[in-house]
Amino acid sequence: MIKNYYTNKFLAPGHNACAGCGQLSAAQAVMRGLNKDVIIANATGCLEVTTTAYPQSAWGLPWIHSLFENAASVASGILAALKQKGDTKTKVVVQAGDGGTFDIGLGLISGLWERGENILYICYDTEAYSNTGIQASGSTPYGASTTTTPEGAASIGSTQRKKDMLAIALAHGLKYVAQTTAGFPDDITSKVKKALGVSGPSYIQILCPCMPGWKINNDQAVAMGKLAVQTALYPLLEYIDGWLAASSVKEGFQAHPAGEYLKSQGRFKHLKDSDIADIDGLAQENIKKYKI
Amino acid sequence: MNKISHQQILEGSRAIALTIKNIAPAVVSAYPITPQTHIVEDLAKMKADGQAGFEYVRAESEFAAASIVLGASATGVRVYSATSSQGLLLMAEVVYNISGMRLPVVMTDANRTISSPINIWNDHSDVMSIRDAGWIQLFTANHQEAVNAHILAYKLAEKLQLPVMVNVDGFILTHSYEPVIIPEVGKIKEFLPAYQPEDGTYLNPNNPVTLGAFFTPAHYMETRAALHEDLISALETIKKEYRLFKKIFKDETDLAAMPFAGDVFSDGLIVYYGPKRPETILVALGSLNGTILETIKGLKNIGLLKIKVYRPFPAASVNNILRRAKNIAVIEKAINFGQAGPLYSDIKAGLNADEAKNLNIRNYIVGLGGRDVTKKMILKIIKDSGRRESAVKFVGSDEN
Repeated sequence: MIKNYYTNKFLAPGHNACAGCGQLSAAQAVMRGLNKDVIIANATGCLEVTTTAYPQSAWGLPWIHSLFENAASVASGILAALKQKGDTKTKVVVQAGDGGTFDIGLGLISGLWERGENILYICYDTEAYSNTGIQASGSTPYGASTTTTPEGAASIGSTQRKKDMLAIALAHGLKYVAQTTAGFPDDITSKVKKALGVSGPSYIQILCPCMPGWKINNDQAVAMGKLAVQTALYPLLEYIDGWLAASSVKEGFQAHPAGEYLKSQGRFKHLKDSDIADIDGLAQENIKKYKI
Repeated sequence: MNKISHQQILEGSRAIALTIKNIAPAVVSAYPITPQTHIVEDLAKMKADGQAGFEYVRAESEFAAASIVLGASATGVRVYSATSSQGLLLMAEVVYNISGMRLPVVMTDANRTISSPINIWNDHSDVMSIRDAGWIQLFTANHQEAVNAHILAYKLAEKLQLPVMVNVDGFILTHSYEPVIIPEVGKIKEFLPAYQPEDGTYLNPNNPVTLGAFFTPAHYMETRAALHEDLISALETIKKEYRLFKKIFKDETDLAAMPFAGDVFSDGLIVYYGPKRPETILVALGSLNGTILETIKGLKNIGLLKIKVYRPFPAASVNNILRRAKNIAVIEKAINFGQAGPLYSDIKAGLNADEAKNLNIRNYIVGLGGRDVTKKMILKIIKDSGRRESAVKFVGSDEN
């Protein structure tokens, strides 16, 4: 247990994340939406490992890391304890990567959402298991090369479609479900603030460009985060009470070609024109689905 | 005061649930698995009837249940969970996490065997899979012992910052009826003060700390040595707390005692029934001790060593008893496949070289998957125990 000396900073600088990491910059945007009356339950992953190398910790909020898959359940336990203590002010926030969210932790998240507890779940989506060396996750998009879905003479990379966590959250009846990217930090902050005001569970998924994972330069996180939205491959979305209330796919939206996004990243550079056309098709599906 | 009037005939599970209710944890979370189910159902009903004030958090798996109590304990409140068998294995990651984080979680294990093949009945293989995870492990032989052990468990957990598991034989204790005294709230409070963890050791916005940090090779090893050393030094604390428990809960201690006409020696970690210089000592964990004690009544030269505290392993207490005899028969309900019984292995490891050489220590495996252990089987074991043989012997029937 470590006392954090940067008591005026919820997430202090000097941690061990990659220079330019999209996830850590998204995390700072999240912190700007929080206040001191928050307890964080963090899953195993880049965010946890880079910020808590004993004897140091970057966290200025009460923070706990248990295991890879159980941050959601730990959060439920924290909330139950607060309730017994008569504390109705302190909020509980879960932070996890796409690994802990889409895959190994999915069942436990379902339990959290089924219980309807007032907990905000934030998924930092790097679209792969970044911390362990860029293996594929349920969030890895079609055509992405990862170490367990490597591109090759006989492979296009991942042949699976990205799991739709927003739909899963909505299926659990969550009143606030949102999607954003590290390219829009103010959007992240305002969504966090909004989620904290909602009663019941809420879910925010943030696309976090990952330097080693996406094979991009360390000054590219914001640019890629913006392009993901502009190509409609990862729109900014907000569902309130189950209905699409806000979307970047709005009146007058003109999508950038997917190729602009894909050709800027090493994880997609193996794609042929026909593959890029397929992914353009996925973008078109998103436009139809998320048009407001 | 009339002693009898305190007693009720209760199902083991009900006795445990009532005890937990009186201990008043703040958060309870458990996932049902036979034969633990009655405990968690009873607690749910107590809550539903307004008789208990804890948060009852319904978990969707044992992994979640254990994680929920971990989170609540890390926020500085008293917690409770219970499980068996497959559930214990499913939460194994969390079991290690809890001890590594030094959280005072108390959990009942309604001992049940492990699949495959699937079998819902009692043996100790479930707890043996995590016996070395850094929890204090208590074993109980009857309903009153189970009741008493849960109260002691919370005192030890909160005093030592170590999680405690209370082992209760599935079906044999959980689903049978015995006279028990459920200690009153006031008496429990006399022994077990309200839980108030030290500031800066739990999650609190007024004093933010980081729990569950990342330890590189430069730092990790010392924390593990510390956990081990704290468990070893806990033996003295357990003895002391047991003495205090006996003073405050006199009737409950008397009712837990297994009736025996001969000498009984107890130090809080073990109980020895029998002559001072027996020829043979039988050693067992849990309710098996009841069957064995019944069997050896009236037999000369036979003693019974009941081990109540299994982890930390009370080597000194055990050796003090074992060195009085020539033959030791370790009778247990678990097997470490490819080696020997876990209790047998622990006993041998605890003896020094000379003691191990002089004793004839035998290992008998009984009762796996709920196979009934009869007095005939115990007599068979006693008859065989004089022979020197190193191989493990499975005793599953009255016949040869």
